[in-house]
Amino acid sequence: MSKVNDFVVRFANVNGTGSASANGMFAKAIFRMGIPVTPKNIFPSNIQGLPTWYEVRISEKGYLGRREGIDLMVSVNPQSMLKDVQSVSSGGYFMYDSTKPLHKEYIREDITYLGIPLMGICMEQYTDPRQRQLFKNIIYVGALSALLDIEFGVLEQLLAEQFKGKEKLIPANVQALQLGVKYVQENFSYPLDIRVERRDLVGNRIMFDGNGACGLGAVYAGATVAAWYPITPSTSVVEKFEKYAKKFRTDKETGEKNYAIVQAEDELAAIGMVIGANWNGARSFTATSGPGVSLMNEFLGLGYFAEIPAVLIDVQRTGPSTGMPTRTQQSDITISAYASHGDTKHVLLFPSNPKDCFELTTDAFDLAERLQTPIIVLTDLDLGMNDHMSEPFEWNPDRKYDRGKVYTAEDLENMGRFGRYLDSDGDGIPYRTYPGTHPTKGSYFTRGTSRDEYAVYTEDSAVYVRNMQRLEKKWETAKDLVPKPHFYQEKNMSPLGVIFFGTSTYSSEEAIDLLREQDVVLDAMQLKAFPFNKDVEQFIEDHEVVFVIEQNRDAQMRSLLINELEINPKKLIRVLNYDGMPITADKIVKEISKSLAVA
Amino acid sequence: MTYVRPTFRHPDLPKNKINFTKKDYEGALSTLCAGCGHDSISGAIAQACFELSVEPHRIAKLSGIGCSSKTPAYFLGNSHGFNSVHGRMPSVATGAYLANRDLVYFGVSGDGDSASIGMGQFVHAIRRNLNMVYVVMNNGCYGLTKGQDSATADNGSKSKAGSTNLFNAIDLVGLGLELGATFVARSFSGDKTQLIPLIKAAISHPGFALIDVISPCVTFNNNVGSTKSYDYVREHIEATSTVDFVPVMEEITASYDDAKEVTLHDGSALHLQKLHQGWNPEDKLSAMNAIQTSKEKGEILTGLIYIEPNTNALHDVLQTTKTPLNTLKEDLLCPGIDALEALNQSLR
Repeated sequence: MSKVNDFVVRFANVNGTGSASANGMFAKAIFRMGIPVTPKNIFPSNIQGLPTWYEVRISEKGYLGRREGIDLMVSVNPQSMLKDVQSVSSGGYFMYDSTKPLHKEYIREDITYLGIPLMGICMEQYTDPRQRQLFKNIIYVGALSALLDIEFGVLEQLLAEQFKGKEKLIPANVQALQLGVKYVQENFSYPLDIRVERRDLVGNRIMFDGNGACGLGAVYAGATVAAWYPITPSTSVVEKFEKYAKKFRTDKETGEKNYAIVQAEDELAAIGMVIGANWNGARSFTATSGPGVSLMNEFLGLGYFAEIPAVLIDVQRTGPSTGMPTRTQQSDITISAYASHGDTKHVLLFPSNPKDCFELTTDAFDLAERLQTPIIVLTDLDLGMNDHMSEPFEWNPDRKYDRGKVYTAEDLENMGRFGRYLDSDGDGIPYRTYPGTHPTKGSYFTRGTSRDEYAVYTEDSAVYVRNMQRLEKKWETAKDLVPKPHFYQEKNMSPLGVIFFGTSTYSSEEAIDLLREQDVVLDAMQLKAFPFNKDVEQFIEDHEVVFVIEQNRDAQMRSLLINELEINPKKLIRVLNYDGMPITADKIVKEISKSLAVA
Repeated sequence: MTYVRPTFRHPDLPKNKINFTKKDYEGALSTLCAGCGHDSISGAIAQACFELSVEPHRIAKLSGIGCSSKTPAYFLGNSHGFNSVHGRMPSVATGAYLANRDLVYFGVSGDGDSASIGMGQFVHAIRRNLNMVYVVMNNGCYGLTKGQDSATADNGSKSKAGSTNLFNAIDLVGLGLELGATFVARSFSGDKTQLIPLIKAAISHPGFALIDVISPCVTFNNNVGSTKSYDYVREHIEATSTVDFVPVMEEITASYDDAKEVTLHDGSALHLQKLHQGWNPEDKLSAMNAIQTSKEKGEILTGLIYIEPNTNALHDVLQTTKTPLNTLKEDLLCPGIDALEALNQSLR
């Protein structure tokens, strides 16, 4: 079987040796050749020394999910070499540093070895130890370009872009690439049967990471106050926000900034600052991961009950507790949906690619102010920290921010008594005022305690119940405001349905195609938000069995659907992956096939 | 029940420079115990704002949880208030201040709020030099849960039930100095002549102004043996100086040999007399020394302790625009479609 434009390459590196940019260049070159590609970092919670992997799937069919099975291993890390040899698929290739001979325990009969004396070449060519290390990476990329038929001109162009402003570094890098090419030309027959061929399958798509897209979205959405506490894998959200805010929101003459960023003392303070800024009429957000969400529960409850907008981007990682901080999961659904004590519910948004990250982040700010409540964007490590091929970002130039129901000084001047928690419009959403609006009207006391429609403290049971019912009404209103689910079919075609969301989307789409080849037809729905609206309910209603695909142990989304929509649990079949690695289509196909065989 | 003051106003009530009467600075009726020190502090805050002619709606008052944190309901009824969660007022105040640098921020907190559950946030608010007045209503006990010792209770102080506190007290003034607070004062709820000018100076101060106010809990910590009772405080109180606040453009009339004038950032001044020996309000070492020495002697040192009149608050440090961030619109915030297209292009 030909493996043109359809294989997986895995690089095994030592963390902190500069391999990331070389590996990134490899993936980008294939993307530039018009071939769909999906790279994933599989990295340790470590700065230097531990094994790290970079996996690149090349897929002519455009599948962007992770795929099991490694066709070519680029082994540059002796620490993990044994495991790396074993993980190559039968018939695959193992590229290694042949400066020293390979010990026999590394020898398998069913794979092809491509020994390149990387360290030997470097020792011969370079004297500086750092150069030896860095150029080793470039040399193997050069070797791969010959073995896999990657256009050399594309690599040269990428180097030129990477070293823009530092042009004198370019020739040495090009030379290092050529060293790799030359060695392959002199020692192997090339290209291999796994190789790439230029295509036009990428169109105008971009390669970007989800965290960057969220940060950019916050800039476009007009966020002016960001407060955060560093935590993997969310850190780059605010870092990218800062990067773009600095670029686009700094006054060129005065150097003054139209934004403020504070690195808080902890996650409690970060969300507290967000609540304070939003209360005072600025758009404000924070980004965190699971452990941070646990800490933020108290303030999320206040935000819900006192009705204060807030945007929280939760880049999920593998829990519980510290879990596996550098591995992915979709396991903060339950805690996010019901964060904090008492009766609370929060609006959740589920982006599944960088464009979604950008759009749902911008939507989150509108929703937060429209609904006067915290909005949680649930992304994950896989989406946040890896580059993904994505449709380009779009922005409607006529778009105005929806600042929600806010009385101005003029409104207050022309009205009777202001009631902060009056349901004037019957949608459960009251009007608010910013501090400092009017000299004698519109002030009120914000509190986490029970209060009446005029924000006056009360322990009157009837008033309390009335308020809680209004919050419930607001929740109903939210159902029509949040993004609708995405359906993959105009009309239902099968008694079997499948539900997925976030980064499970890629592999779910692929699994649907694979199952169809086995004559298993599935109707599919991609969730975009919680609360679930009528469409979600209807989809489940219309199918006999619905598979719910997600990346956690306890089937949290399935539980949420059962709990919120009162679905018969037997109807919803769990399809789970929670080993910390992105879910694969193979796994989904296996699980669904097994379930259908039993049924 | 709801506590609302009668709306009747005497027609001849004196007005301040911006035509507000003192009533305009009052809040709802207090629900604290009769004689609570906190109510005196609320009154002092209202009085200070009235006398300084701060527009009531240009003030935001924020608090945490506890008896002290209830008080923002009882003063400045025309100002927005935010009774947040226990110990977390500093972070909410930070966000509020970042959103709008033009309001006057009053943070009201207690000893449980600032010295225990919210110690971390208290410390970092000082470190960031927010432009705010931070009042601690310090009674050495947890009033709302019926009188447990707090972290500011002195070692050896006796509670109403007769038990003795076995742990050392956290001194918020000493801590504030150590952390670099740019305005540090201590006062006593029973001494309005000192407290009111301190509050005015704190409002005028362009950075973080901490006022630790000893405020006896009449119900749970006003007994013999308590070091936070009215009697004990009155017997042991010492002052760094007398304090007069002189607004901008007013001439200072009185003059004594042992007097000092501190010009505040906005042009107003503090006129200090009868200075504590060896103490200079603008010299942090002398302030730390005065605090430690009086502690050794068993005195409660009050008054202005330290001031750094010209200071860069958080917005200055961050180089934020002078325009309040919460007033910026799409034209300044959204980079627009062309920038996005260019970015898309760079990602291909």
